[in-house]
Amino acid sequence: MSQEAIHSGDGPPDYYVPHSSALPIVGSTALFITAFGAGHFIQQSTDTVPTNTGSFGFWIFLIGLVAVACMMYSWFSTVVKESYQGLVSEKLDRSFRQTMFWFIVSEIMFFAAFFGALFHARVITVPWLAGASDNLQTHLLLWPDFADTWPLFLTPGGGLTQAMAAWGLPFINTVILVTSSVTITLAHWALKKNSRGPLKVWLGLTVLLGSVFLVLQVVEYVEAYHELGLTMSSGIYGSTFFMLTGFHGAHVTLGTIMLAVMLIRTMRGHFTADDHFAFEASSWYWHFVDVVWLGLFTFVYWF
Amino acid sequence: MNSQIINEVITVQLAIKRFFVRSRSYGAWAILISLLSTTVLAQGWDMRPGVTEMSQHLRTLHHISLWVCIVVGAVVFGAMFYTIFAHRRSKNPIPATWHHSTKVEIVWTIIPTLILVGMAIPATKALIEIEDNSDADLTILVTGSQWKWHYQYLEAGIGFYSNMSTPLEQINNTEAKGEHYLLEVDNHLVIPTNQKVRFLTSSDDVIHSWWVPDFAVKQDALPGFINEAWTRVPEPGTYRGQCTELCGMNHAYMPIVVDVLPEDEFESWLEDQRIALESMGEAAIAARSRDWSMEELMPIGEDTYLSNCATCHQPDGSGQGITYPAMTGSAVVNGPIENHISTILNGVAGTEMQAWGPQLSDLEIAAVITYERNSLGNETGEVIQPLTIFNSR
Amino acid sequence: MIAHAETVPSGRNPLVKFILRWLLTTNHKEIGTLYLSLSFLLFFIGGAMALTFRAELAQPGLQLMGADFYNQMVTLHGLVMVFGAVMPAFVGLANWMIPLQIGASDMALPRLNNFSFWIMPFAFGLLLSSLFMPGGAPNFGWTFYAPLSTTYGPPSTDFMILGIHMMGISSILGAINIIVTIFNLRAPGMTLMKMPMFVWTWLITAFLLIMAMPVLAGVVTMMLTDRHFGTSFFEASGGGDPLIFQHVFWFFGHPEVYIMILPGFGIASEIIPVFARKRIFGYTSMVWATGSIAILSFVVWGHHMFATGMPLATELWFMYATMVIAIPTGVKVFNWVATMWGGSMTFETPMLFALGFVVMFTIGGLSGLMLAIAPVDFQYHDTFFVVAHIHYVLYPGAIFATMAAVYYWIPKWTGNMYDERLGKIHFWTAVIALNLTFFPMHFVGLAGMPRRIADYALPFTGLNTFATAGAFLLGLTQLLFLYIVIKTVRGGPKATDQVWEGAKGLEWTVPSPAPLHTFEVPPKVD
Ligand code: HEA
Ligand code: HEA
Ligand code: HEC
Ligand code: CUA
Ligand SMILES: [Cu+2]
Repeated sequence: MSQEAIHSGDGPPDYYVPHSSALPIVGSTALFITAFGAGHFIQQSTDTVPTNTGSFGFWIFLIGLVAVACMMYSWFSTVVKESYQGLVSEKLDRSFRQTMFWFIVSEIMFFAAFFGALFHARVITVPWLAGASDNLQTHLLLWPDFADTWPLFLTPGGGLTQAMAAWGLPFINTVILVTSSVTITLAHWALKKNSRGPLKVWLGLTVLLGSVFLVLQVVEYVEAYHELGLTMSSGIYGSTFFMLTGFHGAHVTLGTIMLAVMLIRTMRGHFTADDHFAFEASSWYWHFVDVVWLGLFTFVYWF
Repeated sequence: MNSQIINEVITVQLAIKRFFVRSRSYGAWAILISLLSTTVLAQGWDMRPGVTEMSQHLRTLHHISLWVCIVVGAVVFGAMFYTIFAHRRSKNPIPATWHHSTKVEIVWTIIPTLILVGMAIPATKALIEIEDNSDADLTILVTGSQWKWHYQYLEAGIGFYSNMSTPLEQINNTEAKGEHYLLEVDNHLVIPTNQKVRFLTSSDDVIHSWWVPDFAVKQDALPGFINEAWTRVPEPGTYRGQCTELCGMNHAYMPIVVDVLPEDEFESWLEDQRIALESMGEAAIAARSRDWSMEELMPIGEDTYLSNCATCHQPDGSGQGITYPAMTGSAVVNGPIENHISTILNGVAGTEMQAWGPQLSDLEIAAVITYERNSLGNETGEVIQPLTIFNSR
Repeated sequence: MIAHAETVPSGRNPLVKFILRWLLTTNHKEIGTLYLSLSFLLFFIGGAMALTFRAELAQPGLQLMGADFYNQMVTLHGLVMVFGAVMPAFVGLANWMIPLQIGASDMALPRLNNFSFWIMPFAFGLLLSSLFMPGGAPNFGWTFYAPLSTTYGPPSTDFMILGIHMMGISSILGAINIIVTIFNLRAPGMTLMKMPMFVWTWLITAFLLIMAMPVLAGVVTMMLTDRHFGTSFFEASGGGDPLIFQHVFWFFGHPEVYIMILPGFGIASEIIPVFARKRIFGYTSMVWATGSIAILSFVVWGHHMFATGMPLATELWFMYATMVIAIPTGVKVFNWVATMWGGSMTFETPMLFALGFVVMFTIGGLSGLMLAIAPVDFQYHDTFFVVAHIHYVLYPGAIFATMAAVYYWIPKWTGNMYDERLGKIHFWTAVIALNLTFFPMHFVGLAGMPRRIADYALPFTGLNTFATAGAFLLGLTQLLFLYIVIKTVRGGPKATDQVWEGAKGLEWTVPSPAPLHTFEVPPKVD
């Protein structure tokens, strides 16, 4: 795929329109393989579906994921290359920024679905099961022994769990993420002043903090499963807990990878004081992940 | 612009007349005829008046909003068809140039607002009344399960299941359809006239919805929750309804039949039910106090199988795909007997195979198990006694 | 000046060249064509499914299929029509027309655009393959209510979920692209309040998509974990609630129905002024009305749940909020009529479809208003009255709008005029067949026929037979549409650049057919 820009004269073109690219079709095929594999993998590994046995799903899923990763790598390198060819005008840069902004909005809405479920469960469902509002009969006839508590230590069906305390690991993790938001901002300031040394230090520190967060999250999960009996299947408390922290963790992972890539690119001398969109996008993403965490800490752990 | 509008409004009536007389737009006629023909076909297809005060009240509300819609429609479409006629190019070659008028826009924001407020007031009152479930004379717990209703009279302590009784032959078109095709059940729900009857709806599996149009009662039955609804029926009679929430394969086959009896008759019906319950208890004791032979059990088993199990497992026991396993050659049916009994008694959690223990008598369960084990292509030769079932409960 | 990186595959087999061109294209016009073609194909597939289950409904009793297969057909019909026919059709139109209407050379992110498209065929491949899986296709309605779809769903449900995830990615990326294009690539002088209405409605639709689709992704994810990983979001014994499903689903679902109508509003607002030869009446209030509808759409979802046992206050809120939507929608309808008033109208096919849209969408909207009256909705809910409502807003709404747009812009796309006589025949037969099919559904609904049933009681027979006959007629008329489109693509009288006498706007300043690259030098708008 040779990308030859018909572009002459000074400065970037008004707008750069790439023509023909194999990336999208490769990407959508990869996505399809991932989904197809994931479906089989899930069915095969949770044995609720008697007709789907075997283990090929996992491998297809893996191949799909690798293909998606390769596609993304190649896509972003293409964009970086184009930027180095001077094809990115101010206007295109603005497009990139707006795209990232709306992408983050959509991510927020994705979390909103789970927060919505959490709030509904806490504010409406659990009290209703215990007879609140006009649900006395629900309580008397169906769940007479059920009491309204949150965290939900004892589910209506009799499942038991303990809650994750907010002021242990979760609080440490909060401190870590908030700090990392500060360090990424310091890195950004450094970049804007073109001081590469501090840039590398702060950025490296941010990646490190992100990784430590993830490690602690794993420790927390192990504790939840093995000491607290808090699992995905321990009722709505466990469901919302793992869904929210799990998807958040996945986003931290993604954000950390993005920042790590930025670190590598910085090492290679990429970015200038006034042209570093990729860096900014990653840092926006990081702030978004941080803000979501604050919501999590408040509503999942604390209150 | 305003005088222009007034002028045009004056000629509207004339114009509409001319439009239909001389119009070259046969299409308009075609629409009109197609609408009219369905309307003619639809004679008597208005919302049912029903028999309760509430159902009639809701019908009135329905008519109010219907008329609002018809009038709004007539005004909007009237204006539209008039302008289509009057401002077509051959009549009005030079288009006007105005393109906004704040005054007019305010008017057509305010008028709909007022109409809506007018509709909302009676609607609010009705809704408040519908949701007032207090002070009931009688409470019935209605539990949906795939695909039947379970009625329990909480005060009287009696209860029964209600299954559709339309034969499979009628559904499969091998037999003429009866008058109440699909709207008939084995055990009718019975309620008294003129009492406030409260229905508590719930479900054993998926969401169902209990609907009797003539009472204007529709309430979703949610697994794990209880909803409330009520009715007060002034007239005795038999009223029919259906499950209205998609609940799986046989959602169409989950009818509701309610007999409304005068209060005294209702009391004696309740008494009969109590006696029947007792004699059922006696019959059950009698059934388990003796040994039954294969010849006795098989016909009972066949009946039970055909009326309860065949919708899913098929009359010949062949099952349906992977969802409903075949009885023929099934490992459960041909395996250890305890396993078979507990499958029938307790069902299989999280599947459509429900617990039959509460629904069938010891005798019926013993018979259906015997039947399954010695028919439908299986031959174990075993005979299961009601006493065994009693002891496994 | 616009820079292109050209990679035309050269010197290869023409077939390979052809395939590569469409697979790899980043051109907004070609991608628009791809979207429209896919949507047309899926419209026929969804329609064929409708005909399948309508045939079963022709007579009481089961003649052609089991009840379970009936449910599968209804479910796939809903999913395919909503996500496969209507949404891609509008995205296709957006792709073709938005850059042309705002004077941009292409979409803001052309490669991403191609990605958004090519996800779709794969997603639908995954969804439709469920028909061939053991246990059959999803059979719980397009609203896939838990726990019918979780605990009791067939194995193929997982693939439906993943298919929906893919569609979601596609829609979100597509919507972002459209928003960015509109915000960033307008020609100099094209201020927001000078944008054509189609662009405005799409801007707002794209916003709805970005807000709503991720929520759908969230709810299907919860389904997946409830099915396989032991969570109990929708299960009371674990402290969850089937109603959590419904709330989250309809938080997506109601904006979704406006996603399926707002671009249609835009199309009507483009076409009516052109054929009335008069400027659109109340442009500003049209924009504000669209915005209000969009905002309101996020606070009315509970009107789908009146019978679920919500508390009185909640029911009242949802009833009032829903009724309020009639006001801005009314503003739109009245403005269309006012646009026509005093105009100098001609009735070419696009105008006919636009007028058909206005009339019959209004009928559907008014029945929606009736549904919004909560106490009476207890009688309407889950009956064929609702089915009648949704088809009046969706078929003569979304589908007619799309067809109006196709007739309106196809001369620009192909350079050829369509066959006006056939177009008119198409319109009139479609209108008649449509009303024959869907109007009786109001009555069966009122008479008490629940929706989603494979078999019904005897009193409902007459009107059902009638509706089935109408449906088949309607299917036939769509074959005529296919024929007209193919015929126009292959040839016909040459269209002028302006095409329509009253047409104003940037898209009419470029040649017909529009060359692959347009507005390389941005036009000036004053
Ligand atoms: C394009 C899609 C579309 C659109 C635009 C609408 C528009 C509206 N819908 Fe509809 N709806 C659906 C698609 C759509 N709907 C679907 C698919 C379902 C079923 C989902 C399922 O369960 O499968 C559904 C279901 C549905 C229900 C649930 C019914 C039930 O299940 O019990 C309700 C209830 O309130 C409702 C209401 C409305 C209202 C008030 C509008 C309003 O927006 C309409 C506003 C328009 C007008 C009112 C007409 C024009 C206005 C005037 C001329 C002004 C003057 C008028 C007056 C003041 C009276 N809709
Ligand atoms: C845009 C959306 C859209 C469109 C266009 C349609 C179009 C049609 N719909 Fe559908 N419908 C829905 C959206 C839509 N529907 C939704 C969301 C539901 C709810 C689903 C649910 O309950 O979950 C629904 C439900 C629904 C029901 C209720 C089912 C039930 O509750 O039991 C019915 C019943 O008649 C119906 C009928 C039809 C018919 C006859 C058409 C006709 O317009 C179709 C006309 C036919 C064609 C356009 C096909 C042309 C093809 C041929 C002539 C054959 C050629 C064949 C091949 C190429 C193979 N639809
Ligand atoms: C609503 C549908 C339905 C009805 C009615 C029904 N069953 Fe079942 N049955 C099922 C399903 C679904 C399963 C599979 C459960 C599983 O996944 O293990 C099943 C499983 C069984 C099994 C175990 C078979 C095996 O090989 O695993 C037996 C035995 C059985 N049913 C007997 C009966 C009898 C007897 C009746 C009537 C009294 C009956 N069923 C009524 C749906 C039904
Ligand atoms: Cu029970 Cu539908
Ligand atoms: Cu809605």
